[in-house]
Amino acid sequence: MLNIRNLQAGIEGRKILKGINLEIKAGEVHAIMGPNGSGKSTLASTLAGKKSYEVLGGSVDFLGKDLLELSPEARAAEGLFLAFQYPIEIPGLSTTNFIKTAVNEVRKYHGKDPLDAVGFLRMMKEKMALMNIEQSLLSRPLNEGFSGGEKKRNEIFQMAMLEPKLAILDETDSGLDIDAIRIVSNGVNKLRNKDNAVLVVTHYQRLLDYIVPDFVHVLYNGRIVKSGTKELALELEERGYDFIKNEVNVEEGV
Amino acid sequence: MNPEVYKESQIDVDEGLSTIEKTVLTDYKYGFVSKFDADEAPKGLSEDIVRFISARKNEPEWMLEWRLKAYKQWCRMADDEPTWANLKYPPINYQNIIYYSAPKQKMNPKSLDEIDPELRRTFEKLGISMNEQKRLTGVAVDAVIDSISIGTSFKEQLGELGIIFCSMSEAIQEHPELIKKYLSSVVPTTDNYFAALNAAVFSDGSFCYIPKGVRCPMELSTYFRINAENTGQFERTLIVADEGSYVSYLEGCTAPMRDENQLHAAVVELIAMDNAEIKYSTVQNWYPGDKNGVGGIYNFVTKRGICQGVNSKISWTQVETGSAITWKYPSVILKGDNSTGEFYSVAVTNNHQQADTGTKMHHLGKNTKSRIVSKGISAGFSNNSYRGLVHVGKKASNARNFSQCDSLLLGDKCGAHTFPYIEVRNKTALVEHEATTSKIGEDQIFYCNQRGIDTETAVALIVNGFAKEVMNQLPMEFAVEAQKLLAISLEGSVG
Amino acid sequence: MNSVEHYKEHFDQLQSTDKNGLTAIRKNAFDAFNKFGIPTSRHEEWKYTRIGGLFNKQYQFPVSTGSLSANDINDLRLPGHEQANELVFINGIFSFPLSKIISPELIVQSLEEAASNEFKEIVAANLGHSSDYLKDGINALNTAFVNGAVFVHVSKGKVTEHPIYIYNITDARTENIFSQPRSLVHVGQNAQVQLIETYVTIGASESFTNAVMEIVVEENALLEYYKIQNDASHTNQVSTTHIRQVGKSYVHAVTISLNGGIVRNNLNIVLDAERCEAHLYGLYFQKGKSHIDNHTVVDNVKPNCFSNELYKGVMNDEASGVFNGKIFVRQLAQKTNAYQSNKNVLLSDNATVNAKPQLEIFADDVKCSHGCTVGQLDEEALFYLQSRGIAGKVAHSLLVRAFATDILEHVKPAPIRAYIETLIAERLEY
Repeated sequence: MLNIRNLQAGIEGRKILKGINLEIKAGEVHAIMGPNGSGKSTLASTLAGKKSYEVLGGSVDFLGKDLLELSPEARAAEGLFLAFQYPIEIPGLSTTNFIKTAVNEVRKYHGKDPLDAVGFLRMMKEKMALMNIEQSLLSRPLNEGFSGGEKKRNEIFQMAMLEPKLAILDETDSGLDIDAIRIVSNGVNKLRNKDNAVLVVTHYQRLLDYIVPDFVHVLYNGRIVKSGTKELALELEERGYDFIKNEVNVEEGV
Repeated sequence: MNPEVYKESQIDVDEGLSTIEKTVLTDYKYGFVSKFDADEAPKGLSEDIVRFISARKNEPEWMLEWRLKAYKQWCRMADDEPTWANLKYPPINYQNIIYYSAPKQKMNPKSLDEIDPELRRTFEKLGISMNEQKRLTGVAVDAVIDSISIGTSFKEQLGELGIIFCSMSEAIQEHPELIKKYLSSVVPTTDNYFAALNAAVFSDGSFCYIPKGVRCPMELSTYFRINAENTGQFERTLIVADEGSYVSYLEGCTAPMRDENQLHAAVVELIAMDNAEIKYSTVQNWYPGDKNGVGGIYNFVTKRGICQGVNSKISWTQVETGSAITWKYPSVILKGDNSTGEFYSVAVTNNHQQADTGTKMHHLGKNTKSRIVSKGISAGFSNNSYRGLVHVGKKASNARNFSQCDSLLLGDKCGAHTFPYIEVRNKTALVEHEATTSKIGEDQIFYCNQRGIDTETAVALIVNGFAKEVMNQLPMEFAVEAQKLLAISLEGSVG
Repeated sequence: MNSVEHYKEHFDQLQSTDKNGLTAIRKNAFDAFNKFGIPTSRHEEWKYTRIGGLFNKQYQFPVSTGSLSANDINDLRLPGHEQANELVFINGIFSFPLSKIISPELIVQSLEEAASNEFKEIVAANLGHSSDYLKDGINALNTAFVNGAVFVHVSKGKVTEHPIYIYNITDARTENIFSQPRSLVHVGQNAQVQLIETYVTIGASESFTNAVMEIVVEENALLEYYKIQNDASHTNQVSTTHIRQVGKSYVHAVTISLNGGIVRNNLNIVLDAERCEAHLYGLYFQKGKSHIDNHTVVDNVKPNCFSNELYKGVMNDEASGVFNGKIFVRQLAQKTNAYQSNKNVLLSDNATVNAKPQLEIFADDVKCSHGCTVGQLDEEALFYLQSRGIAGKVAHSLLVRAFATDILEHVKPAPIRAYIETLIAERLEY
């Protein structure tokens, strides 16, 4: 589904990703872990096409297309979803209106007619039931005045509505208490199936208790320095990132 | 009167439209010119022209006197053309304007079927149809093309409730006592340069009277359209809401695309008696000129309401997307105790448009309240100014005002300006003003993009969100149209 | 005194006695004065302040410092003067004998002298810069009569330990006086200085002071500027302070106005270099029939500057207050952060406030806001204090003091702050 080869990227002339290689297949859950500043969020933002991030080399194939050639909205329409670490507020724009616009823009991209009000509402009710989300949240202006938990639930609700092929969860657990993490993770798990994939980007292991990954990769200093299964995450939790740093530094002769 | 000064002309639909204009026609969808016979005065302004207009309209002597007095006042005000606004435009040649242009047809159609078919097609293009279909939506419409009211719908039904809704010309003939009593009682003919000009040459407009205790069951609406070339439009609207009555009034405006600037100088007067409420909504979409700032309407409008009675309320809502120049300050005189004034405004300027708009709230009575919400959006090379006055008089105990003025800038070639004036003469007043300036965040656009929404749509969503508090004040049918207008006005402004 | 002829004679006389390079700048200013005249209320910047009437009176136009001795002015000195440099103007003319310089890094000269020595380039580049912002006859009038003016230079890299007190003294013991103090202050790179300016009239005749001070702040310099106005009700003034930050620098300006007849302050801060920072504070607490008008301009010319402004007014009796604050953000000045707030309290039925906060923004990537309120003391707070046994009058005083504290805490020199607090306490009779 997603094939990243030697991806290098940076911001404001500073190179942050120094050659990422990663392959994700349909039905898989991958986790990318790493200490602060290792490039986790840069990877998520670069894949989603944020303008301030500059690709300096490498390639990304997404469902047979050159992802890096696509505009951010085309990436989204092709099925790439980014759950933001800090969801953006848009005052005055109701969450419902925002999601309806997004759903119909994506349909338009695929040559489908827009959903009418009735069709959209039906879909929304269905997903609301699935995601346990209340109407009042969706009537409020997008993310404005939302608590941390509400923002993240809203992200996952949008994911449910847009039905992406690949969902990237960027530090979705940051700022959440354990109950909120459980609610958000349940949402993600309900959306998993054999045709889609999830890439969890996180600093801590605790989210991975709920969204259990098939593969865990450790990102350090712009490179994936270690890959393994979920046991790797537990090891990191126990030993901290220092042992990885030491290993890498020894290998690189620092 | 001299019959030679009157001429007939036929306006050709394609005349004067360059290829470029036709291609940009898509930007401004109301930019068509309708083809119908017009009855016009010659160019220029003189006492004879004032007499000509009055005569064409078979006005009574007192009305002619009123106009001539205003004309003389205007002549004396030659040095008083306002220069204080944050607007730049070349001097207006008042002798190069046609002050009267009427579609040539029977002045008082017995039924709507008698209306010129071309005119009816014009309305259909404008989205106004005066037929049964529209009747179902429950909006009574008066339409003013160039300067003349073409026809009013729903008259009989309104008549049963004692509501008068007709053209100003008709009101002068049929209800002289009301006109004599209220005309220029809120905006005196000497109020300002453009108000004096309007009083001298206004050719029509709408008049509305809601009797005591009547709640007008439908929205009343006037559509204004400038059609003929070189014409100015000078309409005059007067709305009187008697004790305990309520009316919601809508106003829409469009004009064809022309290279030269056309002048629009209207006057609107509102009077609310004890416990009465008037809600006045405008979607102003006069032709704004092309991308290089050529052409477009000069919009110099005086709108003022008086809360004459206790507990009365006047609310202005405006969505301003059109005109090359906008000079407009819908105001409320809060004379009655416990009266309320509101002003909700969205003003969008793009390309080379300039707007200097805002409001004045004059607190005179006790316990009067006012609220101002102004949202300015500037793009392209435009300049957008909010200018507002909150005045609390010495006797206005416990007056309350809250003002919020926000500006949004799209691009670094445009300007956003805020000029609030706050004058307080009573210690029990509480006046609060807040203003902010910001731009659309890159991260907001990226967030929308990431959900599959392209940048242009994202800007429209964000701008509509920014303007929502004002949009919410509009009646439903208008709100939808206004939202689309905002999006169209800003097309191509963020790239 | 409204007629041009009245000034022409004085002007010609001044020009003929001049021996140095200021004649050209005076000539231009005099022409501008003739063109603009005395501003009337039709002038947008003078909408709420009428000064035409002040010009109908007969004034003496002093050309020398007169007869005051050091003893005569002893009582007028501000607290902390023992440790301060003191610059004294009498009737608008700088007096070297009455002034005292104790900081070696300070160079104080007559402006005429500086215009022709090693400082002449600084003078040429900065004298009269305020006229770009104040296009009215009043500012031009001061420049047209630059005479007995002072030039102050704070040497590069020096921290001036002792503040500079500037006294604008009018000797109106025998006749009405029209005085026009003028100064140019140059704060060199990496220098730091505190300036404290005050206005005092001696005698019962009327005084009208039209002062202009221009300050240039160089790279990495720090300026603290305080203006204290507590003159009698028969004294009037237009007081202009024009600060231009030509390098990345920090300015802290506080204006305290407690009394006077008609008082108009123009405070302009031009952020003419990247990453400048400016803080403006003002307190106007007026009684009687006094009229105070604070006009401020913050002009963001270059990117990445920060400014914050807070002006608070308390109007009692028949006093009237005006606040006009402008923020300009020029097209180049991206990433500007500019904030402004103006709060007013009316204490009496006959007091008035007119406010015009104003934003003019030409750059898009900026954060600018202003807020303005007019009201009375918080009734609930008064009740709360009274319910704790505090008498109404005392509660009232406490709340006014609390309102003023936001500004007073920005007066950093301790003796000056104590002095202002005392004046306010006296005013509140508590």
